[in-house]
Amino acid sequence: MILLGWTAAKVAGALGFGLGLAGFLGWVERKQSAVLQDRIGANRADIFGWRILGLFHPVADGIKLMTKEDFIPRGVLRPFHDLAPALSLGCCMVCLAALPFGGEFEAFGGSWSLQPLPSPVGLVYVLALLGLGVHGVVMAGYASRSNYGLLGGLRGAAQMIATEVCMAAILAGPVFLYGTLDLQEAVRWQGRLLGGWLPAWGVFTQPLAFLLFLVAGTAASKRTPFDLPEGESEIVGYHVEYSGMKFGMFMMSDFIENIVVCGLGAALFLGGWQVPFAHLGGPLGGAVMLVSFGAKTCALIFLLMQVRWTLPRLRFDQLLDLGWKWLLPLALANFLATVWAVWWLGRHACL
Amino acid sequence: MPVSVRPVARPSRGLWEQVYILEVVRGLGVTFRHFFVNLWRHGLKLAGRATEPGAVTIQYPDDPAVLGRRARTRHRLLRRADGSPRCTSCLLCETICPAKCIHITAEESPDPGVEKRARSFDIDIGMCVFCGHCVEACPVDAIRMDADRVELAAYSRTALIWDIESLMQEPR
Repeated sequence: MILLGWTAAKVAGALGFGLGLAGFLGWVERKQSAVLQDRIGANRADIFGWRILGLFHPVADGIKLMTKEDFIPRGVLRPFHDLAPALSLGCCMVCLAALPFGGEFEAFGGSWSLQPLPSPVGLVYVLALLGLGVHGVVMAGYASRSNYGLLGGLRGAAQMIATEVCMAAILAGPVFLYGTLDLQEAVRWQGRLLGGWLPAWGVFTQPLAFLLFLVAGTAASKRTPFDLPEGESEIVGYHVEYSGMKFGMFMMSDFIENIVVCGLGAALFLGGWQVPFAHLGGPLGGAVMLVSFGAKTCALIFLLMQVRWTLPRLRFDQLLDLGWKWLLPLALANFLATVWAVWWLGRHACL
Repeated sequence: MPVSVRPVARPSRGLWEQVYILEVVRGLGVTFRHFFVNLWRHGLKLAGRATEPGAVTIQYPDDPAVLGRRARTRHRLLRRADGSPRCTSCLLCETICPAKCIHITAEESPDPGVEKRARSFDIDIGMCVFCGHCVEACPVDAIRMDADRVELAAYSRTALIWDIESLMQEPR
């Protein structure tokens, strides 16, 4: 019973983290882009004259999206048109549960895990559901009965295939090194020290995979410079026929995909909830784990956000070139090198 | 006659630019520099010791609009010493106006030294292109354009047609 309550609390916490951060990211995106472009950014929404740096804008956006007319064009394929945003948002929201927000800590005479969904195949679960999310995009484009929407859906599908294959090939390297598909185990593996001083984070043991992961992850979460399914200056995108909160759900799913990808990156490459040179235990240690994981995720989000406002959108052939001619061969080479290195180090008993 | 053509070479891209990774890093360097420098300046401003602004934004309705020093916008009709308009209804401004936004009806002037005066003088400010030809054309310096008077908006088109009384108002 207590276990059930604890699990429910963890799931609620993970969802709250994802949804809250997604709403907050709308503000971050506006403000970060404004500051780096020498602007001020949205700062007008106020409550009783309080503006607090425009932090009420996400609230205002939410109210606007909720109360807006849900315009459904004549001729759309009705059940699928309604289903697409839910599928898109649902697929990435369930990914949140598998992220290792924290390890285990001892308290009240028991051991408590901070991961909402401990699973020996956590990584496969996240990758599969991230890939499933594209069904929402394609479905939205197809069910809209609009050429622009359809083009966006097609682009989304081609991009997802190009990047999901690479994503799996990229993550094969670290997975082979850690010897597990369990995200919690992968984080625990990174707790050791290399040579007594360097934390064995994936970013140090698998630098190429980390770089490739950032590229593929950005593409998987459909963010600029890989926002071809939206491409608002060309085709507006797969959600062109949506309005109100259904459009908002697509936007939320973009942000949550971003959070999931960054959380995955933090877990596999930045040592997850680990703090170097510190042994975390007890309730306080649990809190530190949560903070550490959140901070690493947010740092990655910040980096990807900066990339999003720095690079222009790729052309479609450039994207496919990048995916199939560069990411995939490099990822496979990295995998082979990892396999060889693990074999060699295992023979010489260094690892 | 042969057409003379000057070929313009495409800017060549070196190896590093084609690899793109270094260029990405350099671009990120630029945006990160802007981000942190501006953030630092915003922080200084919050701390009350601002040296340079962190943004180039002019928050216009709150702060006054910054116009060019030579910008001339709202028309004004000048008065004689006795307060009557200087305009002699010669229609030169109405004639030269490219937007045809000036409408004058003339009447006889009671002053024997002046032939005509304006019975009505309307400018449709919604049509005006602010070229300043009317000011140039006026032989008696009766019309000028004021600087720093750009808030000309109204809720209807008819409210944008200004008669002689409103055109003679001094800037506050």
